Amino acid sequence: MCLAIPMKLLDRDDFEGTVELDGIRRSVSLMLLPDAEVGQHVLVHAGYAIGTINEDEAARTLDLLREYADHMVDL
Amino acid sequence: MTPRDPYRDPKTAAGLVQRIGAASDRLQRRATFMEVCGTHTHAVAAAGLRRMLPEGVRLISGPGCPVCVTPVDYLDRALALADLPDTVICTFGDLMRVPSSHSSLERARAAGARIEVVYSPRDAVARARFAPSTRVVFLGVGFETTAPTIAAAIAEADADGVPNFLVLPGNKVMPPPMAALAADPELGVDGFLLPGHVSVLTGWNVFRFLADVHGIPGAVVGFSPTDVLRGVLELLEQRIRGEATITNLYNRAVDADGNRVASALVDRYFEPATVTWRGFGPIPGSGLVLRAEHAHRDAGLIDVEVPDPVEPHGCRCGEVLRGSIDPPECSLFGGACVPDAPVGACMVSAEGTCAAWYRHRLHETTV
Amino acid sequence: MKRPALERVLLAHGSGGRLTRELVEGTFVPALSNPALDALGDAAVLPELPPGRPALTTDGFVVDPPVFPGGDLGHLSICGTVNDLAMAGARPLWLTWALILEEGADGELIRTCTNSAAATARAAGVQVVAGDTKVVPKGRGDRIYAVTAGLGVVPPGRRVADDRIVPGDCILVSGPLGDHGATIMACRHGLVGEDLRSDCAPIHRLVETLFDAGVDVHALHDPTRGGALAVCHEAATRCGHRFVLEEASVPIRASVRAVCDVLGLEPLGLACEGRLVAWVPETEVSRAVEALRQTPGGGEATVIGRVEVRDGDRLPLVMETEVGSTRPLDLLSGSDLPRIC
Repeated sequence: MCLAIPMKLLDRDDFEGTVELDGIRRSVSLMLLPDAEVGQHVLVHAGYAIGTINEDEAARTLDLLREYADHMVDL
Repeated sequence: MTPRDPYRDPKTAAGLVQRIGAASDRLQRRATFMEVCGTHTHAVAAAGLRRMLPEGVRLISGPGCPVCVTPVDYLDRALALADLPDTVICTFGDLMRVPSSHSSLERARAAGARIEVVYSPRDAVARARFAPSTRVVFLGVGFETTAPTIAAAIAEADADGVPNFLVLPGNKVMPPPMAALAADPELGVDGFLLPGHVSVLTGWNVFRFLADVHGIPGAVVGFSPTDVLRGVLELLEQRIRGEATITNLYNRAVDADGNRVASALVDRYFEPATVTWRGFGPIPGSGLVLRAEHAHRDAGLIDVEVPDPVEPHGCRCGEVLRGSIDPPECSLFGGACVPDAPVGACMVSAEGTCAAWYRHRLHETTV
Repeated sequence: MKRPALERVLLAHGSGGRLTRELVEGTFVPALSNPALDALGDAAVLPELPPGRPALTTDGFVVDPPVFPGGDLGHLSICGTVNDLAMAGARPLWLTWALILEEGADGELIRTCTNSAAATARAAGVQVVAGDTKVVPKGRGDRIYAVTAGLGVVPPGRRVADDRIVPGDCILVSGPLGDHGATIMACRHGLVGEDLRSDCAPIHRLVETLFDAGVDVHALHDPTRGGALAVCHEAATRCGHRFVLEEASVPIRASVRAVCDVLGLEPLGLACEGRLVAWVPETEVSRAVEALRQTPGGGEATVIGRVEVRDGDRLPLVMETEVGSTRPLDLLSGSDLPRIC
């Protein structure tokens, strides 16, 4: 019950924002994320931004995933 | 074209699958892990993950499909409201094909009922704003990810003076049925894959009781194939170590406390209540109902005749939702009940357990 | 005498009287003009058919919105008809174009669609030789619907059919999938993107390119309603073999994938209106792809899968996923609706 997509917040005007993913833009409500900053990546669900993506943690996750790819275990 | 998505990288997946195999061998018994999010059910099926997992890991689905756990009388009431004059029903697409006692929203629309699919509850508010003499009823289903969006829509209707926007409350929350599942001795769940986006809103702390009270590990995971595989590996490793904690593997989006603004907004309009889940019956504190001071927004209070609910004969959706049977154990599965002609809700929804099994032929060993 | 431009469709425009004639002679005929149409007979009498077997198709067009990035209902109706003929291996020749207009429809919309249809027909080298106009009362239609028929000829010695597909064949597409469907869904649900446009185009020249290059094309389908998923599933079921698609090879634009992610849609189930799917022998696939890539509209042609023997009760259509597993591909039930779950 959780179809939410990370999209970049391009601009905001009060509680209205524009988000973008791969060139696709939509307006979203920022009522649930009033402190969202332009330039942040936010999770979008049913027309609302519901949470922000922590870029540092995302980078760490990607590093971890690369490790799984690069180092197969010796069984 | 889309560049290669690191979250779907085959080498990463292979590395994780290899480690899962090794861990499963060390555990030396079959482990059963349950996911409780329809989006996870769909993601697992779409990536063909079950077939990548070793024999010793069994992945089952719980009541994570909000459409599937909505009892039939909710839809009966929605259809009855659709028949009222000057009333339009707005709904997420997920509900359109779910069977009610005698029909479905899709069939009712074909017969002339005013039923419209929307992407967002805001669209329903806009609909109401656009036609002040029409009563717009939004079907409020979904879990903790969606409830705040509905609360926000009501807030917007309040702020803009849109009195003709109403909600038929049907939102539910996850922890109470999970407590029932965790306590079920016959089910024997070894670990939970916890819903990533619900956790964005609630914070992962709300799931601590699974580990602290029931001794069952949990991993909060995102929705890509590698996210889910990491979760499976984590749960296996906890079981091997004899541990039970909640590990947050979706920390790029989830923290312990969640979205407080969203929770406050939900709290302003809704309060927890005992509601009925298909397959579980009434569960205390598991549903959200509108607070008395917002009764004017509650479409459930509209006086309308609703037929006695009729559950389809032979349908075992309830047991599927509780994880106590796999879909092929239902005699209707794949014969009388198929995605094109669904009998029960679990077969209709793209995230329903039975639909996922059927579409991905999980009951067949080769594909 | 210069006629005033059509402002708004009235019921009288469909009643066969003066207003009908004004509409036909003022808007339709000037745009679509050709000798057969200009004669305005009750039926178009045509030149003799070239050698080969006649091919006939019919189609209805009800797209909403009727004007969208990359086209409109007029353009779509010509392309759709031409492409149906092309998928049977036929060279398209003559089309009919019947409109069902809703009372109150905007004259500018009718003109736009008519002029597009005319331009597309000219560019495709086909003629609209007969037409009809009906008007339904307001509320009984949706501005403009079109129904077409198309007549073409399959040259002697050519046969394109699903029963010609054999294990070992390669499955290729002429370009990225889902552009049209994604564009329409984006329009309906408040998504915009500069990169997002319908791929709607005539593809008969792509077909002729393949034959001119000496490729023994076994089967052809254009993935319209239901997308590549539908045509592959149907063809696999019909020919009795097993199709394996390779997810990593299926070309989908990033913008189309984004629309699918946001709305919860399956990209392979989205319509294309300017692409072909072809089944060709393995030994000829490189030549086929190269020939398409040299042709306008085929620049991004690529192989997306293969045909295998289907053992016992294994499934007709499966996909090797990006992440390294194999899963069945089933026909989608119900219409494409945005979901939250």
